[in-house]
Formats: sequence, C-alpha cells, structure tokens
Amino acid sequence: MDNTLVKEIKTSIKDLLARKGRSFLTILGIIIGVAGVIIIISLGSGAQSLVLGQITKLGSNLVGVLPGKSSENGPPTAVFGVQIKTLKLSDVEAIKNKGKVPNATAVAAFVNGSATIIAGKESVDTSFTATDGSYVRVQNIEMTKGTFFSDEEANSGANVIVLGYDVATALFPNGGEIGSVVKIKVPNNNPMSSNEVSNSIPLRVIGVQKKMGTVAFQNQDDQVFIPFLIGQRQILGIDYVQAIRIKIDDPNNVKNAIADITRVLREQHRIHNIENDDFYVRDLADAIKLLTGITDNLRIFLGLMAAISLVVGGIGIMNIMLVNVSERTSEIGLRKAIGATRKNIRNQFLAATVSIVVGIVFGLYPALKAAKLDPIVALRYE
Amino acid sequence: MLIELKNIVKNYVNGDVVTRVLRDVDLSVDEGEFVAIMGPSGSGKSTLMHTIGFLDRPTSGTYLFDGENTQSFTDDELARIRNKRIGFVFQSFNLLPRTSVLDNVMLPLLYSGDKSGYESRAKKALESVGLGERIHFMSNQISGGQKQRVAIARALVCDPKVIFADEPTGNLDSKSGATVMHILEELNKEGRTIILVTHDKQVALHANRIVTIRDGKIVEDRLVPNSERVHSKEIKEEEE
Repeated sequence: MDNTLVKEIKTSIKDLLARKGRSFLTILGIIIGVAGVIIIISLGSGAQSLVLGQITKLGSNLVGVLPGKSSENGPPTAVFGVQIKTLKLSDVEAIKNKGKVPNATAVAAFVNGSATIIAGKESVDTSFTATDGSYVRVQNIEMTKGTFFSDEEANSGANVIVLGYDVATALFPNGGEIGSVVKIKVPNNNPMSSNEVSNSIPLRVIGVQKKMGTVAFQNQDDQVFIPFLIGQRQILGIDYVQAIRIKIDDPNNVKNAIADITRVLREQHRIHNIENDDFYVRDLADAIKLLTGITDNLRIFLGLMAAISLVVGGIGIMNIMLVNVSERTSEIGLRKAIGATRKNIRNQFLAATVSIVVGIVFGLYPALKAAKLDPIVALRYE
Repeated sequence: MLIELKNIVKNYVNGDVVTRVLRDVDLSVDEGEFVAIMGPSGSGKSTLMHTIGFLDRPTSGTYLFDGENTQSFTDDELARIRNKRIGFVFQSFNLLPRTSVLDNVMLPLLYSGDKSGYESRAKKALESVGLGERIHFMSNQISGGQKQRVAIARALVCDPKVIFADEPTGNLDSKSGATVMHILEELNKEGRTIILVTHDKQVALHANRIVTIRDGKIVEDRLVPNSERVHSKEIKEEEE
C-alpha cells in the first residue's frame, strides 16, 4: 500500500482520537439511527416468524369452524366476547359424514372454560377443553402416561380426565396420577355457568399429556381435557359447540374441504343466501395471512419511524462535519502552505470519513448478528 | 537569480469592486539574500509575500523562480515547490493543536513523498532550533517562543532554499523575538535565502536589504549598510 495513504489514515485516526468527544457524537448519531432501523426491522420480522412458527406448529392442514359470520379477513366474532350458539353437535356429525366431506380425517368439536382441579390437598386453577377422542388426531396430542379418552367415553359423558403435564406435576408431585380421582370445580361466578351446573364433579385420571411447551402463545401443559358432554352439559350448561376443528388428509385438499364443509353447514342450517351464513370456516393460511398483514403494517410503520431517526441522525452528523471543516479552515490552509496538494486534503477528510465508517461497520457487525438471532434459539441458548 | 518578478499585478474582485493590491511590482532576489519587505498594513506586503511564496497566483505579470516561468505550473506542481523549496513561518505559528512537536515538524515530510528518515530528519531540524529536548511535548504545552521555533523547524525540515517569515516576532515578547531573529540570521549565514515581512523597523534591520511597499507599489529598495544592521543574540529562556 502507498506509504502516504497509510500515513493519512494514521493521521486521521489520530485526529479522531484527539477529538474523542466530537467523534463519539458523530458516530453515535449514525449508530443510533442505523441500529434503530436494524433492530426495529429485525424485531418486526422476528415477531412475524415467531407467530408463523407457532401457528405452523399446529399443522398446516387444519380447518377451523367458528360460529357467527365474519367478513373475509376480519377477526372472528367470538373475539369480541359475543357468545353465538349456532353450531350444534349435529353439525359435527354431518361433517363427519365421509360422503359429504371426503377429505376430513378427523373432526373434533370442543368447548373451553376455566376450572379448578383438586386432588387431595393440592389444587390448580387451569383451563379445560371438553372434546372427544378425535381431538388427539386433530391436534397431534401425545401422551406420556395412560391414554386419551375414546369417542364413546366422550359422548357418553364418562367421568374421566386427561391432565396436561404441568397440571399433573402440580397435583401429583410424587407421581401416581393414573387411576387417581380428582375433582373439577367450577367457580360459582363463572359467567358461562347456568343453574343446572353441578359445582364439583369427580373424575378419574386416565392419562397425562406429554410435555409440549408453548404453542400459539398458550402453555399447552397448563390445561386438562374432559369428555365433551361433561364440559358442555354438566360444567358449562350449554347445548352448543364453541368450535370445531377438522384435520384434512392433505394440505392441497384444504380448499376443497372448506368448500365441502361450508356446503354441509349451509344444508344443516338451511341457508340459501350466502349473506345469511351464521358460521365461518377458515384454514391456517387465512390466519397466517391475517397475522402477516398486521405485522407487515406494523413493520412498515416502525421502519418509517426508524428511517426518520436515521435522517435526523444524518443531519446531526452533517452539522458536526460542517462545523469541523470550518473550524479547521486555517489548518487546511497551513497544510496547503507546507505542500499538501488538493488530493492530499481530500484524502485526509476521506480517510476520516472512512475511519468513521469502519468504526460503524465493526460496531454494527455484532449488533446485526445479535439482531438476526432466532428468538426461539436465543431463548434456548444456555 | 532565484526570484524574479516582472510587472506583477494582483487584483481582488468583489462583485463590481476591483481592488488593486499589487500594481506592476518588479523585484529580484538573489540566492543567499536576507530581504525585509516593509510597509504599513494594507500596503500589499502580505499579498506580495503570498505571491512570491506560491500561496496565491498573480493576476498578471511574470514570475521566474530559479529560472523557471511559474505561470504554467499546475496546482500540484506549485504544492511541490511549496513543499520542497520553500519554508513558511507565520505570525500565529499555525501549529496543529493536540499534536506533538515532533509530529508537527514531520508534517511536510508526509507530503514530500520521501519514504524514509522522517523522524531523524525532524529531530535534526528541532535540534537546530534548540528544541531537541521537547519533541514529545504537545504543541499547546510550550511557550510562544518555542512554538515559533517549532514552526521554523517545520519550515526547515525539507531543506528549502528560501524561508518566508511573515511577522515572525509579531506575537512574541522581546526575548523570544530576539531568539527567533537570531535563528533566522544563522540560517541566512548558512546560505539560505530569507524573505521577511514586517512593519517593525528594528526587525527589518536584521536584513541586508529592505524593500518598502506602499499602496501596492515598491517605493524604496535599499541595501542596509553594515553599520545600521541589527544582530540578535540567542537569549536562553529560564526554565520554569
């Protein structure tokens, strides 16, 4: 390398070090701007991939049916806390009919609620899902002990229960869950309960779910499963279904299946005009589209904010640089007087800029690396 | 003849107003001379020095330096002359702040293209002005007289033929000023040409020739008889 160039870079670094405070401010402005852009954008995409990852964990060939009409991409009506009673068990049976929905491999209806489970002195507040045996196939549930209940047990209202992993360890710290009897108790102020509700039902533990961790932002280990009829009639005291989930044989058949299910439900509800639909059918692709739409907008907005801060930082730097140049006018004059050419002076300021940029790049590399980390991987790193 | 100016004119144009700073200046300086350019402020003496020192180009006229016509020289060629054949000493020292004495003196070598001996040459120049001990001081940690001596060392480091000194004692007390003038005299004795700009008669009398300029014209050009010449002795500074 040219000796003069090396000297120029050395001089510029010495210069920058001689004006530590100002160089620091110069770099700080741009670093805050750039880091803001990078962190916000990667945060956005990190959140998006986290959401998508959680959703795809559920399986991409799932179709959900919820009561109430909803616009094409709007949120489900149930989100607004409205209880809609249009889905019945007969609808589930109709969807299960192979001749009508040939691609459905498993159909599970369920209702949800919260309850307290008591075993001896131990008790746990948790949420329950009342469903039938198909739920295992629909949600890919795996057991660590015992078995899930069958369709017969579910529909006859057998007094059995399957515990989530955390619930099992909390109630039975010393093991011995299988065969034990627990009580499920519904709080009296449960808004969903009506008069015929029994307050406490004894259930025999027949299985414990394998440790699942968090899927779709719910701790899958903090829940219990009970037969459909017990949850629907005895605990909640309702006669409708809150949701149906259907597993389709192949992701490519999802669209066909949605059309079949929609037709079956319209027949069931005697609906002739699409406008009057009192249910809606969605697959995960819809949910993903909805979520990415939201996060994309969020990202654009945040990116815009960060870009503005970058511009502000840039203006700050320009201001500092202009002050720098005017302050050093006499120094430039002196350097020219003792033999510096235009090129020498230009290189001197260029070298200063390069040094700043190098500083930013080397400072940013670790920042970028950190920002790129997959949140899940980062959380598991020890 | 080292320096030969013929009909040098310098005008500054500011909008419609033309200020004629140098009007038809003729001046020749031989190698080894010690010339003082005198004149009141605004007389054009600094502009004349800047023109002779290639810091500024004349509006018209001919300037032969060492026999070469400098009119056609490019900016880079002029920068090279300023670097190799001319040394400048300014009234306000113009040292780089927050930079060591040694680095200040090495600065011209940085632009000289020479590949080696930077440090030893800079040290030698500093020793010749009596500052061999202070090379690692920061330029703002030394006294005014020492600063001007550093500036002289910087002017000397590329071994130039001519040294231009623009009011070199203007910002100094009489003792430091005497030391600086003594160094310039010594340099002249070694055979270097010195061109000194001043408005102080006592300082000008160190030279062997005084050129007086007024309103952009040379009004007097005389040799200084030995009986009139002033000589300064180096006055050792008392160490604090």
